[in-house]
Amino acid sequence: MPLSPRSEPALAARLPERAGVGLKLDHVKQILEEKSEIGFFEVHPENYMGAGGPPHHYLSAIRERYPLSLHGVGLSIGGAGRLDGAHLQKLRALLDRYQPQSFSEHLAWSTHEGHFLNDLLPLPYTQETLRLVAAHVEEAQERLGRKILIENPSTYVAFSASDMDEVDFLAELAGRTGCGLLLDVNNVYVSATNHAYSPEAYLDRFPVHLVGEIHLAGHAVDEDESGAPLLVDTHDRSVTDAVWTLYERVIARVGPVPTLVEWDSELPDWPVLAAEAARAEAILFSAGEGRDARRAAS
Amino acid sequence: MRAAPLPELQAGFAAALFDPDLPAPAGLTPTPGRNGPDGKRFSVYRNNVVVSLSRALRDAYPALRRMLGDEFFAAMADVYVRRHPPKRPVLLDYGAELPEFLETFAPARRHPYLPDVARLERARLRAYHAADARPFTLAGLAALPEEALGALRLQPHPATQLLISRYPVVTVWSMNAGLTEPAPVDFSRREAALVTRPGLEVETRRLRPGGADFSQALLAGARLGEAAEAAAGKAGFDLAANLADALGAGAFLPPPAAFPPIPPEKRG
Repeated sequence: MPLSPRSEPALAARLPERAGVGLKLDHVKQILEEKSEIGFFEVHPENYMGAGGPPHHYLSAIRERYPLSLHGVGLSIGGAGRLDGAHLQKLRALLDRYQPQSFSEHLAWSTHEGHFLNDLLPLPYTQETLRLVAAHVEEAQERLGRKILIENPSTYVAFSASDMDEVDFLAELAGRTGCGLLLDVNNVYVSATNHAYSPEAYLDRFPVHLVGEIHLAGHAVDEDESGAPLLVDTHDRSVTDAVWTLYERVIARVGPVPTLVEWDSELPDWPVLAAEAARAEAILFSAGEGRDARRAAS
Repeated sequence: MRAAPLPELQAGFAAALFDPDLPAPAGLTPTPGRNGPDGKRFSVYRNNVVVSLSRALRDAYPALRRMLGDEFFAAMADVYVRRHPPKRPVLLDYGAELPEFLETFAPARRHPYLPDVARLERARLRAYHAADARPFTLAGLAALPEEALGALRLQPHPATQLLISRYPVVTVWSMNAGLTEPAPVDFSRREAALVTRPGLEVETRRLRPGGADFSQALLAGARLGEAAEAAAGKAGFDLAANLADALGAGAFLPPPAAFPPIPPEKRG
């Protein structure tokens, strides 16, 4: 099915320095009808690997009007086995068809010996892992014909084998492969709380010049057997104040970056999600004005 | 102690994810500030895997879930997910073995029609994701020369599936999909369903008498005349009504140009 001519924002080469939201088919009719003012949309490509039907129909309609990001959850970049060639081929076909402005994946693994575990599982940060992940990122970039972004994970356990810090690991990965980074501020907060380190210190060291996109999401609060806080990255509620504060800190440091609000289960009505995006965009725009004012003054 | 290489570490991690009787895998550091095991922290991953896959099943089988109730469905999904973990990173067809699983799942055996309700929901999901194509319409059929109809072979639409059941599968499904009012069901009634998707909406048709044989023959590549013959023995078989059902649902593709439509001025 040939696409109709795309709108001007949809034709942009990169994601705009605006807020976007994860696209849900529950919301799509309302979005198209009211022509929602959203900077871009993001989808999991794995949900669009059927032959046809409503998913492709609506994604095509969205793509004609908005910039798009494909955010993979199934490549298992950190898996000890080989990358799934058939999956790479399907990803390439979707990239060719929809021409998204961005493609990203996770610093995680999710397949093991022919089984898909459907979660983003943690990695020990070692030279061995770095060599493996770098080789997989290079292979993926070659097969997909583009630079990809790699996202920092939310983690609940850590490995005694780790001898590198996560920030250094990601910076080194980007240095070796040329990939960009996706900075999930909620994941930083969740992991930092779970492993008792400072999220501010993590963010202040993060190589923000490599960040092509930021993610925000909600998390659940629990505690472990010892009563220590245990945060779970659930994407089922609004972004917490602590994460908004960290986000403002990042934006103040780096300036406007395309920012996505993720909400994947217990979906709210569309206006609630749109309001979350508007809140992120207000922070982005104030940073943009600050930057422009500084440029004008210098 | 030397750390395990990555393949070994991931093998232990993956095994412990699906088996709640195994301890958390070796090689995890204790939570900062304490020395106990990382049971609950590792359990977040166990929980994520099972809950996310159960949710995928729940979304794929809404009528079945309504019939079984949330609690029973969740317990069944928990067993299914451990026995049939997904093999691919695309979950659009996850849960395809659920109908066969239900046949052997002892707590569900009292309701022998459940597997067929699951088969109908699976057919609908496959139709939802099937390739798009414009269907052959009744108007298209009417435009063909009458003498050509008996020899006509119809190609099924990519979304079309036929389910022949020993139970009133469409009646039970539509009540539990909230499409028809609940009413007493005669479980000795047999029903066949024709499922397809001519546009954006999935169609589910309960076939009339003889419709199962007729559609089955057509889908197997029989000519229209042969399919009518195959169903002719069934009591109450009405060719025109069955053809109207199949084409009305959008179950077939337009025939190739071997039968060009007659221009309107030459008709009649």
